[in-house]
Amino acid sequence: MTSEIILAGFGGQGILFAGKVLAYCALAAEKELSWLPSYGPEMRGGTANCSVCISDKPIGSPLVLNPNLLIAMNLPSYAKFIGAVQPGGKAFIDSTLIDEKTDRTDIEAFYVPATQLASDNNLSGMANIILLGKLIKETGLFDLELIRKGLEKCIPPKKANLIDSNMKAIEIGFNF
Amino acid sequence: MERNLMKGNEALAEAAIRAGCKCFFGYPITPQTELAAYMAKRMNKAGGVFLQAESEIAAINMVLGAASTGVRAMTSSSSPGVSLKAEGISYMAGSDLPGVIINVQRGGPGLGGIQPSQADYWQATRAMGHGDFQILVFAPSSVQEMVDMVIKAFDTADEYRMPAMILADGLLGQMMEPVSFPEITAKHVDKPWATNGHQNKRKHNIVNSLYLQAPDLQRTVQERFARYEKVKANCTDAELYMTEDADIIVTAYGATARVAKSAVNAAREAGIKVGMVRPKTLWPFPVKELNEGCKNAKAVLCVEMSMGQMIDDVKLALNCSIPVHFFGRTGGVIPTPNEIQAEIQKIGGAL
Repeated sequence: MTSEIILAGFGGQGILFAGKVLAYCALAAEKELSWLPSYGPEMRGGTANCSVCISDKPIGSPLVLNPNLLIAMNLPSYAKFIGAVQPGGKAFIDSTLIDEKTDRTDIEAFYVPATQLASDNNLSGMANIILLGKLIKETGLFDLELIRKGLEKCIPPKKANLIDSNMKAIEIGFNF
Repeated sequence: MERNLMKGNEALAEAAIRAGCKCFFGYPITPQTELAAYMAKRMNKAGGVFLQAESEIAAINMVLGAASTGVRAMTSSSSPGVSLKAEGISYMAGSDLPGVIINVQRGGPGLGGIQPSQADYWQATRAMGHGDFQILVFAPSSVQEMVDMVIKAFDTADEYRMPAMILADGLLGQMMEPVSFPEITAKHVDKPWATNGHQNKRKHNIVNSLYLQAPDLQRTVQERFARYEKVKANCTDAELYMTEDADIIVTAYGATARVAKSAVNAAREAGIKVGMVRPKTLWPFPVKELNEGCKNAKAVLCVEMSMGQMIDDVKLALNCSIPVHFFGRTGGVIPTPNEIQAEIQKIGGAL
């Protein structure tokens, strides 16, 4: 089973970082993985997305076109990718910033007011991680202990104080 | 061995440092800039020199200068920047200097785009500058291979006294994958030709590419080509994947080979006997390996991120003994596994 994930939103929302957290968790779980950022003209226009593949087998193309998991953090990204989600796939949508609901019935959509939850909990800037927590909950991809390991690997030692707040954000999403 | 997570561009840089690269001369260009940035951070601590030159042309000529003193030197760029380096690479080849040039390819011609491409195949293998010469060309397909091939490129370049290129692309440069660094045993090659100071103990060395007497130049070039024959005999490499019973062989290199492998796996599941030959060296081209992989094949499908360049070498290597079809995307568009699978099925249906 290969998880093909797209994370998409504005630059500054931590899209690439959230993808890296998944990648480092997969590394800690001794799985095969790839992480590919958008670096093209769309990045220069302010939106960011990245593809993450996690599998037990070697990864072929690292570029995800039809994800089975989508995290969407702004309307343009939602509009661009919601139609591309594989049937049976799951979409995690920041409903603070995206007020649309999909009419697709062949996918599961989870509407999490992540940006609102982040500011309510004094975790502003961590809406990305809250959505990640929800994704972990609904997919069972990793357990919380592994998430901590992943965070420890991708947060540089001099910012280690951020590990606990990231874990808190994960738990808020996980329990939403 | 410990697995790290690294971008392809960073892994190229770290591998070069571990392979004993002492001088890096660069100039920024997307999508290879992380390589130079990594070198800027690490090279000084590793006891080497990082220098951002005033241009690509200056950078390659600094590589020429450093290499002539016998140290391991490298430069990196992306397609338009590599074109600017062409003159210097020709001078290096004409001076029998080893060195490593990295090309993280993007779409062209001209300024082109910044998305992944493989449209510099002809440049790398046919005409990397003026004059009669070849350079070694390695084609990694994963971040791990980027590490392994940088080490190999330095060793082989030193052994045969010629420039070596890593022909990567934006996809490989930008992606992160697990990678581990082997205990590096960089080959030590004596360089009695190096211009590193004779201290009145030996005759002074001259590194030069100018020969005004035509017969002298002819002899030098012919000797160099005799060396190329040894390279062709000793240095080819390719991955053969499910070729044993294959009716159809897909040929692809670099990032395209990853996509093609997914397509081959899917087509196998659909009952088509298909395999893949992935050249890991583009010059010398793995002629023997390709023929071995195609021994039972009835048709070949060459897939590239270009309008069709490696296909020339595939046809030459097979002597056009079986039909060679082509599927390509260009300008920075990446082929999808579904598209390639459809091509395989089309060829399979007509067999």
